[in-house]
Amino acid sequence: MAGLGFEETELRLGLPGGNDAEEATRSSGKRAFEETIDLKLKLEQPACPTENEEDEEAAAADVIPAAANSLSSPAASVATGGGNMKRSPSQSSVVTAELPDPEKPRAPKYVLLHLLCMPLLHRVMLKHAVGWPPVRSFRKNIQSSQKGAGAGAAALVKVSMDGAPYLRKVDLRMYGSYHDLSKALEKMFSSFTIAGSCGSQGMKGMNETKLADLLSGSEYVPTYEDKDGDWMLVGDVPWEMFVESCKRLRLMKGSEAVGLGHSEGDGEMQEQMLRNAYLHASGISCKDTALLFYVS
Amino acid sequence: MGRGGSRAAPAAAAPPWHALPDEVWEHAFSFLPAASDRGAAAGACRSWLRAERRSRRRLSVANCYAASPQDAVERFPAVRAAEVKGKPHFADFGLVPHAWGAAAAPWVAAAADGWPLLEELSFKRMVVTDECLEMIAASFRNFQVLRLVSCEGFSTAGLAAIAAGCRNLRELDLQENEIEDCSIHWLSLFPESFTSLVTLNFSCLEGDVNINVLERLVTRCRNLKTLKLNNSIPLDKLASLLRKAPQIVELGTGKFSADYHPDLFAKLEAAFAGCKSLRRLSGAWDSVPDYLPAFYCVCEGLTSLNLSYATIRGPELIKFISRCKNLQLLWVMDLIEDHGLAAVASSCNKLQELRVFPSDPFDPAGQVSLTERGLVDVSASCPMLESVLYFCRRMTNEALITIAKNRPNFTCFRLCIIEPHTPDYITHQPLDAGFSAIVESCKGLTRFSVSGLLTDRVFKSIGAHADRLEMLSIAFAGNSDLGLHYILSGCKSLKKLEIRDCPFGDKPLLANAAKLETMRSLWMSSCSLTLGACRQLARKMPRLSVEVMNDSERACPLDSLTDESPVDKLYVYRTIAGPRSDTPSCVQIV
Repeated sequence: MAGLGFEETELRLGLPGGNDAEEATRSSGKRAFEETIDLKLKLEQPACPTENEEDEEAAAADVIPAAANSLSSPAASVATGGGNMKRSPSQSSVVTAELPDPEKPRAPKYVLLHLLCMPLLHRVMLKHAVGWPPVRSFRKNIQSSQKGAGAGAAALVKVSMDGAPYLRKVDLRMYGSYHDLSKALEKMFSSFTIAGSCGSQGMKGMNETKLADLLSGSEYVPTYEDKDGDWMLVGDVPWEMFVESCKRLRLMKGSEAVGLGHSEGDGEMQEQMLRNAYLHASGISCKDTALLFYVS
Repeated sequence: MGRGGSRAAPAAAAPPWHALPDEVWEHAFSFLPAASDRGAAAGACRSWLRAERRSRRRLSVANCYAASPQDAVERFPAVRAAEVKGKPHFADFGLVPHAWGAAAAPWVAAAADGWPLLEELSFKRMVVTDECLEMIAASFRNFQVLRLVSCEGFSTAGLAAIAAGCRNLRELDLQENEIEDCSIHWLSLFPESFTSLVTLNFSCLEGDVNINVLERLVTRCRNLKTLKLNNSIPLDKLASLLRKAPQIVELGTGKFSADYHPDLFAKLEAAFAGCKSLRRLSGAWDSVPDYLPAFYCVCEGLTSLNLSYATIRGPELIKFISRCKNLQLLWVMDLIEDHGLAAVASSCNKLQELRVFPSDPFDPAGQVSLTERGLVDVSASCPMLESVLYFCRRMTNEALITIAKNRPNFTCFRLCIIEPHTPDYITHQPLDAGFSAIVESCKGLTRFSVSGLLTDRVFKSIGAHADRLEMLSIAFAGNSDLGLHYILSGCKSLKKLEIRDCPFGDKPLLANAAKLETMRSLWMSSCSLTLGACRQLARKMPRLSVEVMNDSERACPLDSLTDESPVDKLYVYRTIAGPRSDTPSCVQIV
């Protein structure tokens, strides 16, 4: 039995978060995260201690039979964990609770805006886990459009990326800054990186780093359609104003975005390039074959 | 079967029964509609296997990666109706990476090749492209039924191809799909000579449709029984549509809101009065209760009412539902509240299925007064209630025990307490006792979802008692590996197990590896799994496909990762097709 770490798997009927030894092994980097999320997870111990003892006795008889090719590496058995809730280190099931990186904003004025956005960020930090409660995305979309515009309502907008086979939707209110949004978009569209079932010519040979380069570099330009129907460059207006006025997002291919550039804090767009953007935008996501079917 | 015949016949008589020609068995098997019965028959002997597979007309592929499309088509060459399901159930909640797979194209291509007489095709949680729809329209001359549920990847251009190409189409049923709107007038492409439509459901379509075209279509399709509209159809047009199709059995109204006008009210009332066959009603009704009385004349006949997108609340809603004395199915929002459910309990005694959805799932305060009381009342007064999906914010063991005692006939019990780890709000105990009571009392339970604060004890009960359980969903529950071990070593009939955010690790998975081959699939996300265990599992069980998915930002080749690397998402399923080749970068097969 030695080396199997068998004792690690004996049933301990403690509630999540009750084991100090377990906590010590958690990486300190996750501390801040746990403090926010475990506000919900740390619960009082059950009322009667005797109940626990009985269960431990009964449970001692219930052990998991070692598998035929049992785990022999001690490290792995530590990972199996004792009787307590173990947060998967990737934490991807919970929307990030860490403060956004103090990344250098595009222009000095955005430092101030991040501070002003703190209450919004705080709300983001306490958001629920991804996909919980288990309400279908379809239902969420309908309900948010029923609620209409309002402080609590979701701001769902379609996001298209030139070359991607289909569009996505994001809820702008899930993010506190342009940086968060860009990270989310990166993640979203990076899954189009393998040709496979997507069959989109434009995306072959893509990979994550290349995509990140594309998004943050000069090849893809994030643009959006505002309330007036104009196509604007993402990043010019304060984040809150952007969330209110953005109707639709488009990650425009560099070749289309001649003249858009990344001039810091420059809110002006050349008329020429605006027109180009608008013309192309009206043809978004319609297939050429569709024209054959058009009946007026 | 043939024995009586051969005894009565003269000497040079019928062959012994086991040598009867295949056609006889094929005819016999045509009386076995259930796939499980046919499967059992096919296992009896080689001639039955041959006869069964050659005569199988309906095929249901519950996991599109369990077998290759070519294998399915080859094995069952006479299929006329096929249903294929793709992504794992948790994809509905955004847990599955978006480009995970489940392309319908290979199935459509194989069907086009091997099933030219195909009449029905149904896809659920799959990626269906416009090319797929074009191929369907072009390949099957007697195509009649297209059903797409929770699919994506196509647009109104694809629908146009179906409308133009499928001369004998009877059903076009689009449920909760993401459809790109290309401003194509696809409805216009049903030819004027086309009259065969029985079901038309485009409720999930976001764009506009040409109302005049729709009216003409509805007028000439005299057999139309199901019509589910989208939000673009205004109320006055609804009235005129209903006048053209008074034979309608199922109606989805789309958006049902307008300022009150007595003329419009009268029109609607008259239109509904003409719909004597109306039995099922649904729609996205906004909070304008003034028009509800227009429906009163149909309430008595309704067997199914889906108000789960209706933001109506208050006494008008209750008055309306109370008139629906013959309801068998009711889907509502929690806006109905406890007192509304009490009214349902007293009025709708024939209720078989109840679903209560959260109107504001992300609001921590929960301003709606829907608690365990509502469910207790309904379970006490509705003797035929067997299926429940209930979202609420608080629960007690006592309530669950009462419900279990009242309704041992539950086949599907899904309770979602919105805040994870919520204990019994009176005793502050885990809800083990309550959920255990359900599973011990309801011997016929086939689907179960648990929530709230739960320890390993509830899983011990489930493992021991839930003999008929086929699908189990667990979230934020349990406190050690034993929880998972109880499930996998018990639950004789388990087919689908989905788990998220539970402290279950490698040991129970490996100890019960053989069980996984008796199941259709296992999903585990945000648990305590390591890559080493997944590798072992894959090595031990070659007929399982072991897929791991991590946060796509950190996707790197599996070979470079150590055994100790944590696995964020695991999806294991049995397959005879070997590892699939269409995984995106964030998914890797171990």
